[in-house]
Amino acid sequence: MGEHVIRLPDVGEGVAEAELVEWHVKVGDMVREDTVLAAVMTDKATVEIPSPVEGEILWLGAEIGDTVAIGSPIVRLKVAGEGNVQEGDATPEAPEAPQLPPQEKKVVPDNPAKPAAVEPEKKQPVAAPAQPGGTRSAGIGAPRREGEKPLASPAVRLRAREAGIDLRQVPGSGPAGRIGHEDLDAFIARGPQPGKVSGLVRNDRVEEIKVVGLRRKIAEKMQLAKARIPHITYVEEVDVTALEDLRAGLNKQKPGADRPKLTLLPFLMRAMVKAIAEQPHLNALYDDDAGIIRQYGGVHIGIAAQTASGLVVPVVKHVEARDLWECGAELNRLAEAAKSGTATREELSGSTITITSLGAMGGVVTTPVINYPEVAIIGVNKMMVRPMWDGTQFVPRKMMNLSSSFDHRVIDGWDAAVFVQRIKALLETPAMIFVEG
Amino acid sequence: MKEISCKLLVIGAGPGGYVCAIRAGQLGLDTVIVEAGKPGGTCLNIGCIPSKALIHAAEAFEQARARAGGDDPLGISAAAPSLDFGKTVGWKDAIVSRLTSGVAGLLKKAKVKYVQGHARFRDGKTIEVETETGQQIIRAENVVIATGSAPVELLSLSFGGRVISSTEALSLADVPQKLAVVGGGYIGLELGTAFAKMGAKVTIVEALPRILAQYDAELVRPVSKRLAALGIDVLVGAKAKGLPSKGDALLIETADGKDRKIAADKVLVTVGRRPVTDGWGLEEIDLDMNGRFIRIDDRCRTSMRGIYAIGDVTGEPMLAHRAMAQGEMVAEIVAGHRRSWDKRAIPAICFTDPELVTAGLSPEEARALGEIKIGMFPFSANGRAMTKQGEDGFVRVVARADNHLVLGIQAVGQGVSELAAAFGLALEMGARLEDIAGTIHAHPTQGEAFQEAALKALGMALHI
Repeated sequence: MGEHVIRLPDVGEGVAEAELVEWHVKVGDMVREDTVLAAVMTDKATVEIPSPVEGEILWLGAEIGDTVAIGSPIVRLKVAGEGNVQEGDATPEAPEAPQLPPQEKKVVPDNPAKPAAVEPEKKQPVAAPAQPGGTRSAGIGAPRREGEKPLASPAVRLRAREAGIDLRQVPGSGPAGRIGHEDLDAFIARGPQPGKVSGLVRNDRVEEIKVVGLRRKIAEKMQLAKARIPHITYVEEVDVTALEDLRAGLNKQKPGADRPKLTLLPFLMRAMVKAIAEQPHLNALYDDDAGIIRQYGGVHIGIAAQTASGLVVPVVKHVEARDLWECGAELNRLAEAAKSGTATREELSGSTITITSLGAMGGVVTTPVINYPEVAIIGVNKMMVRPMWDGTQFVPRKMMNLSSSFDHRVIDGWDAAVFVQRIKALLETPAMIFVEG
Repeated sequence: MKEISCKLLVIGAGPGGYVCAIRAGQLGLDTVIVEAGKPGGTCLNIGCIPSKALIHAAEAFEQARARAGGDDPLGISAAAPSLDFGKTVGWKDAIVSRLTSGVAGLLKKAKVKYVQGHARFRDGKTIEVETETGQQIIRAENVVIATGSAPVELLSLSFGGRVISSTEALSLADVPQKLAVVGGGYIGLELGTAFAKMGAKVTIVEALPRILAQYDAELVRPVSKRLAALGIDVLVGAKAKGLPSKGDALLIETADGKDRKIAADKVLVTVGRRPVTDGWGLEEIDLDMNGRFIRIDDRCRTSMRGIYAIGDVTGEPMLAHRAMAQGEMVAEIVAGHRRSWDKRAIPAICFTDPELVTAGLSPEEARALGEIKIGMFPFSANGRAMTKQGEDGFVRVVARADNHLVLGIQAVGQGVSELAAAFGLALEMGARLEDIAGTIHAHPTQGEAFQEAALKALGMALHI
């Protein structure tokens, strides 16, 4: 019998560390060669770590959410034969916490009941009965399965019935979850409206959810953006009646493979290309550490998209070189890929300016957070018909607000206003979007 | 005749109806009970009580006969006994009439108005009663239907003449010489065994592959053994075909398809009981049915407001104690109390020889719900059973494997019917195996087998 140590492999070019996002095994599991042990996430992708050998898991070297350096041991296996550890070798991998930067230490102090925690849960008998104190809290005693009759003596049942209490709501502290007179007393003494199924019940539960994976990436990105960038947000309303007429007209023509159904976004994207041509410094990345603004010739528009696991930003590259239809088609393709999780790292990075749109959920005004290190983000609010004064009367117009944020360090308010006004003018007279020169 | 109005009218003074009426009276409800026969219903008059009397008499006679054989292990010898069956029936009748007049007295004490006659719904609030002195109209805010059940009749063997139901069997003039019992359920076995002990040559004809088919084979085995010892022929898988045109016999088709003639001066048909849903105007009120039975909810309410139904007319198990509990509950509901059916167990007893008790879930039913533990303790290892010459049988406890909650208890053995009280209490109180194992059961009693069965399930039996 020997011991085999698995170290975090090099999971990508230039990656020095990775975040452990999932354990697929626990201590004591038998694994075969190629059994997936864990998943780690780098800046670029989520990678599964397979076992190179067959054996029994002895030790797991990190917890979910930990950042692990490439090459540090993450799993120790008991294997048949030699293994890859020499006797004298064992000390460096002693099961201390893996190297973590101090601030990375879990927010929750030391909770032994963590999922995939290293062990010691199993030492106590499962049904450790009657903990001293606190026996009156909910959930003591055997859990009652859905539809299972509450266990109580006839006298308790009668009292509950007379008091109008549904015993199914009463936790039983007795053996096998039996409800006693004390449980009933406690239940009556507790809630403001005991017994009513529809009554309001206090919920004192606190759930600890680890911020890991994509959620953590989003959190870090947002924090960085808000910490470093002094946002200026500018809101303007746009009359999109003409644009909507045009869009409806175009969509009425038979859609084909190269003619997808158009949303408003391709028009906005093309309008942004025009506006950026006049104000190229808005299509830029500000490397604030280096003090350099990188102004891009190509317009690469990130489109903030909601997926099941959180916010991602697929990027439509070189919008300046795509016509309306190509923009639409590329948007559809990327949205699909983002939703199904098949979007590549390349498709999810490289934007120079971003659009955020929640469609019908877009609200009246938003304060978009800039996709750091970009310098501008255009937020699309919901479209609605509003009465507008045309000089002589109110007329119903399709109105939509744009809420846009800019990095005030490098974009002045005036420039921001000019940019948005330009887009507004283009969208209100959509023919201008397509006029060259 | 002047109309009567009342808060609660109970139709049928069987164990369900009279208990309902007594409780209602006690709670101050203006209550009327209507009964066509005698108070006490099937149970007191032609069911539980008279059959138990005959079973007891038969048992006493059989013991005396055994002692007259001269080889009694107890060392008792006696002259050959004789049976004055007329006197036996008279004794039985005296018990019945004491009980029925007792019920009448209790109803009176509870200020319940008793109307003798046949009731019939005119509509949901009005009942006509044909009394000896004419028609009586009763208007009631609430009506409880407690009309009970009646023996099922076979088309090929309609009641009358030599073909009798349990009712007639309890009031025969003589012990039949040869008795054929059609139906090997508990009623047929109880009566068949009693008559066999009183000297009849008894043959039991059961259509199913075994007797007492709703109980597991292990539980029934001691009963089968005793039937054989008493010289009772048990023909399973056999169908009664009818009476021959001549001669005292019963025609049957045996399990292997052959026709056979069984000598029988009486043919007792006990093939089950049917709810009495005719003759009292069900068609006038058109209640929702549940098969043959009246559909009720957990408060015994029927589909018509203010009309309740209890007892055998509402379904299985057709047992007096179920009807009583329902009757009590309905009276309290009508009196404005909050009640609903929350019983965990309705014990059932066969007064066969030996007796058989079940309460709660059978091992098979319990197994269907999850993992279980079973503990069984035989009376052959129980001192008291030995001293009673009752070593056949056992107590069996079925519990959940995870938390040891007792789900069901079964027993077969001499006198185990009295253990039904302990079994029912254990289930109703939500006992775990440890509760039963940790309760001191007095020594020497058969009840110790209950404690030992629980210990056995826990893997800690002492006496086995």
